[in-house]
Amino acid sequence: MDGAQAIITTLDKLGIEYIFGYSGGAALPIFDALETVDSNIKFILSRHEQGACHMADGYARATGKPAAVLVTSGPGAGNTITGIMTAQMDSIPMLIITGQQVTWMLGKDAFQEADTFGITIPVVKHNVLVRETNALPKAIKEAYHIATTGRPGPVLIDVPKNVSQDPFTGDLDPEIDLPGYKPEISFTIDSASVDAAAELISHAKRPLILAGHGAMIAGAEAELMQLATTLNCPVTNTLLGKGVFPEAHDLALGMLGMHGTAYANKAVCECDLLINVGSRFDDRIIGQADKFCSGAKIIHIDIDPSEIGKMIRTDVAIIGDAKVALTQLNEKIAPLETTDWLATLDGYKKKFPLGYRKQGGLRMQQVLDEIYQLTGGDAVVTTDVGQHQMWAAQFYKTAAPFDWISSGGAGTMGFGFPAAIGAQFGRPGKTVIAVVGDGGYQMTLCELATAALHKLPVKILVLNNHYLGMVRQWQELFFDNRESGVDLEGNPDFVKLAEAYGVKGFNIKRPADVGKILQKALDYNDGPCVINVECIKTENVFPMIPAGATLEEMLIEPPKHKMAKPVGST
Amino acid sequence: MSQTIVTTDTKLPPRPDILGGHTLSMLVNNQPGVLMRICQVFARRAYNLDSVVVSKGRDPQFSRLTLGISGDPAGLDQIIKQCTKLIDVIHCYEHQEAHSVTKELTLIKILCAPTERAEILQVLEHFNAKTVDLTETSMVAMVSGDSDKVDAAVQLLSKFEIIETVRTGKVVMARGDTAT
Repeated sequence: MDGAQAIITTLDKLGIEYIFGYSGGAALPIFDALETVDSNIKFILSRHEQGACHMADGYARATGKPAAVLVTSGPGAGNTITGIMTAQMDSIPMLIITGQQVTWMLGKDAFQEADTFGITIPVVKHNVLVRETNALPKAIKEAYHIATTGRPGPVLIDVPKNVSQDPFTGDLDPEIDLPGYKPEISFTIDSASVDAAAELISHAKRPLILAGHGAMIAGAEAELMQLATTLNCPVTNTLLGKGVFPEAHDLALGMLGMHGTAYANKAVCECDLLINVGSRFDDRIIGQADKFCSGAKIIHIDIDPSEIGKMIRTDVAIIGDAKVALTQLNEKIAPLETTDWLATLDGYKKKFPLGYRKQGGLRMQQVLDEIYQLTGGDAVVTTDVGQHQMWAAQFYKTAAPFDWISSGGAGTMGFGFPAAIGAQFGRPGKTVIAVVGDGGYQMTLCELATAALHKLPVKILVLNNHYLGMVRQWQELFFDNRESGVDLEGNPDFVKLAEAYGVKGFNIKRPADVGKILQKALDYNDGPCVINVECIKTENVFPMIPAGATLEEMLIEPPKHKMAKPVGST
Repeated sequence: MSQTIVTTDTKLPPRPDILGGHTLSMLVNNQPGVLMRICQVFARRAYNLDSVVVSKGRDPQFSRLTLGISGDPAGLDQIIKQCTKLIDVIHCYEHQEAHSVTKELTLIKILCAPTERAEILQVLEHFNAKTVDLTETSMVAMVSGDSDKVDAAVQLLSKFEIIETVRTGKVVMARGDTAT
């Protein structure tokens, strides 16, 4: 056995089902081991290393299990950076194995040599350069452990070619040894903090639950439902928290934040207690930090101690796993009288509903609304980044955990389509819809080959306005409508392009055709299909809280006056 | 002094704000790259490292790290949490001067004629300092102690021609049975 075979054997033992990747010189021994080792691992060749990372990311978000990425050194590793960063920002477990030059050439500018370890430090949960063949199984076991426990994240293992090629004579099942990493403590919750939270809750008149990604990762959806229904407490969710609490539920307010629903943001402004379960108070949620929830007490449940007090002051912090924390909290709470509070919020729901104009051209909102109606929320939806993403978050009400996959923290364009490929591999029987814009789609559309080859029935819904719409929206609102670098003149014919890959294509040009053609696409399962939807260019996403403004300053409709340039955040 | 001496020191460096600074002590895995990870936590958040002392621990699996830092005190708690979060960091503590022993060592090279030696030695004696090198034209003094004492010694010796100072940076140890 050589080092490379030890790598594949170890990954197989850990239960890794898929490796997404791209071959190359420094990874040759590892690619060879994929052929010589009898394992259950399936290797999927992407068309670009970034795509491979997003596939592994989508797989993990759709299943809760990590996948691996295998690429070569230098440019191969370099192309993974955006994908790794995306996973790190959203706490997604991932193992990235990069080939590397032979150890004696490191630091000598050898062919395809890059300091992958150094380059990736800021975008990983952890990384390691393995210098001894016999240390490989331990490095991989530790990487898996780190990636999947505590607050999950990507872990990179850099493997020089001689390390993977040399004979392996070590232990294939070594003990892990991580004296500085103790994720098991997250299952032990300080009961005093739970008592303090229960005490705050007992006095609340206008409580609000903020459900984040942490609740989903912890598998706390049942405990969250119990908390909300016991307290008769409304629930808003973050972009990544979509699905941890069913958005069609009576107590659900949908997403909050910059493009959240008006009623969710009004609830944040008017609540007297905010119970944050597993959200890191991202700047696109809180607006101006010191004015956020200024009249309310704040309970913050988070597995990562460094998130407590990072953005927002807290009155009670519960540090640990959300499922364990909520289980303990649920034992100590009693129903609250919230009839008036819920009535107030219902009033806001009626007064400021999400809506769109049905005249004057085809709008993305209509497409997303109709796809929600057609699927009944029973699909996995991935998105890219931009206007279509925010409208999808608004109009597609996610029903269950792991059914919504979107790049939140990193805001990575090009994410949606490859993530959908990964999601479809992870959940083969499920309808998977990639909602993408014409901008982001073109960043990774080479993966059409990957999707076509494996006959994955991914629906690629290209909401095509021939513009980088979100940036154009900001230029319209804050830069005197001076359009700069946003016109995607030169877009290809996406249906013809799909056909060139052997992929089925649909065009939607009229509002009246939307439902009919979407249904055809949903019924087409012989492979991927691209639905190109020609949308109007000038539509803007509302509600909107300009970056760094307070939630009270939310714009529910287009402003009548010129707006000052936002100075907080981006 | 008619000789031309290349000096790497300015004559009177602005007094470093070590008094108002903070001292962090870390126990970390003794592996390549660990210092890189830690430095990135500080650089990203605009903290300056005034001093860094790293040495192998008694158990060679670990290293000891003492950092003198200056920066916005409001962000310090976050910095400590971010460092603690690193897989290679076993622990990271801040130590207040009142509850810890903080020492550093400084070598000071002074250009001096034999006629000036007596006065310099008098100063050194006061600070319990020693001469560790002596030539016809120069002298290297070694001062150790807390940062204040080292500052004061450098200050007093500044009337002579100091051509170089090299400071180890602070090392810290918690008093009593508290872990460092």
